[in-house]
Amino acid sequence: MSAPPAPRPGLYYPKMPATWWLRRPAYLRFMLREVSSVFIAIFLAVLMVQVYRAGQGPEAYAAFLERLASPGWIAFHAVALGFALYHSVTWLKLTAVVQVVRLGEHQVPPRLVAAGAFAFWGILSLAILFAVLLRS
Amino acid sequence: MAEETITLEVTRYRPREDREPRAQAFTVPYRKDWVVLDALNHIKDRVDGTLTYRWSCRMGVCGSCGMMVNGVPKLTCAAFLRDYLPGPIRVEPLAYFPVIRDLVVDIEDFMGKLRRVMPWIIRRTEQPLTAGEYRQTPAQLEAYKQFSMCINCMLCYAACPVYGLSPLFIGPAAIALGYRYNLDSRDEGYHLRQPILAEAVGVWQCTFVGECSAVCPKGVDPAAAIQRSKVAGAKDWFLSILLPRGGRS
Ligand code: SF4
Ligand code: FES
Repeated sequence: MSAPPAPRPGLYYPKMPATWWLRRPAYLRFMLREVSSVFIAIFLAVLMVQVYRAGQGPEAYAAFLERLASPGWIAFHAVALGFALYHSVTWLKLTAVVQVVRLGEHQVPPRLVAAGAFAFWGILSLAILFAVLLRS
Repeated sequence: MAEETITLEVTRYRPREDREPRAQAFTVPYRKDWVVLDALNHIKDRVDGTLTYRWSCRMGVCGSCGMMVNGVPKLTCAAFLRDYLPGPIRVEPLAYFPVIRDLVVDIEDFMGKLRRVMPWIIRRTEQPLTAGEYRQTPAQLEAYKQFSMCINCMLCYAACPVYGLSPLFIGPAAIALGYRYNLDSRDEGYHLRQPILAEAVGVWQCTFVGECSAVCPKGVDPAAAIQRSKVAGAKDWFLSILLPRGGRS
């Protein structure tokens, strides 16, 4: 790949401020989507520890659950849930743009694809919720 | 009755004289049917003939009048003053591009990128003229038509922070155009074009901010073209591992 073109004299080359993502709401929404992955990663790490603790027997697991019940961890999980929902919504919307769905000769409009994905997500979530409630 | 007016804050930059651009305010008559470009033309005709900007068709076809209007890339021939009441309206050169003078930016970089994606039909063997034109079905036309509507206005580049941060990025419109020819049933240049779209400064630079598609005045949706090229690139990569001799010709 070629090197960046040498600056030409007389031209003004604008600089990108470090706060560029505060300039437009769409940029900020994009940054939030990126940041959401940090929270989701931490959540998954905690989940893995939880599974590991469960394998160590009931006492270890109970102690772990007690730690999780602290206000700090509850607050973290509330925030992580918010980010996870935001990430899922944007992800499904964007997937609908990327994935071309055809019916016969015509392309299904991305909005409809997204609507289908959201419906599927909703039904799946309800089913899981139902299963969990039935068991407890 | 006093004439209604509106104020424009226009970026001025004189090469070799100014170190940095500065804003100059002009108060112009307000007309309901005026667009920002009309106001600029009024300034140039009546107030300051040195104001420099590009335009040509005045009807959203030529793609040369793109500027930042209140911080958003717009075709100024399609941006009505009435949508920015009561003003003032900030008019700046397209973001991220080097400024030549006032509102005129240097488009060399974009032109070079356009050429790199080979936006023309490539044939392995040309049909003789006597064989007639290359024909397409309506469905084959439909497959790429949206991506062929680009007027090269570069608004999508001015909306793309990735282009601002790494200027080597081939960028939305050029990728959309390369993708458009990859989708064309008459074209046989995929093996030449796709490696350029899939290289390090190509589609993988894109983090899907999506603003290119939001500002595009022609509904091209370059963000979709980029993501779909990523899918094609990933497919090629898997195939090249599974079938080292190349699954796709
Ligand atoms: S893709 Fe849209 S915004 Fe970008 S240059 Fe083409 S017409 Fe302009
Ligand atoms: S002047 Fe041609 S697109 Fe605006």
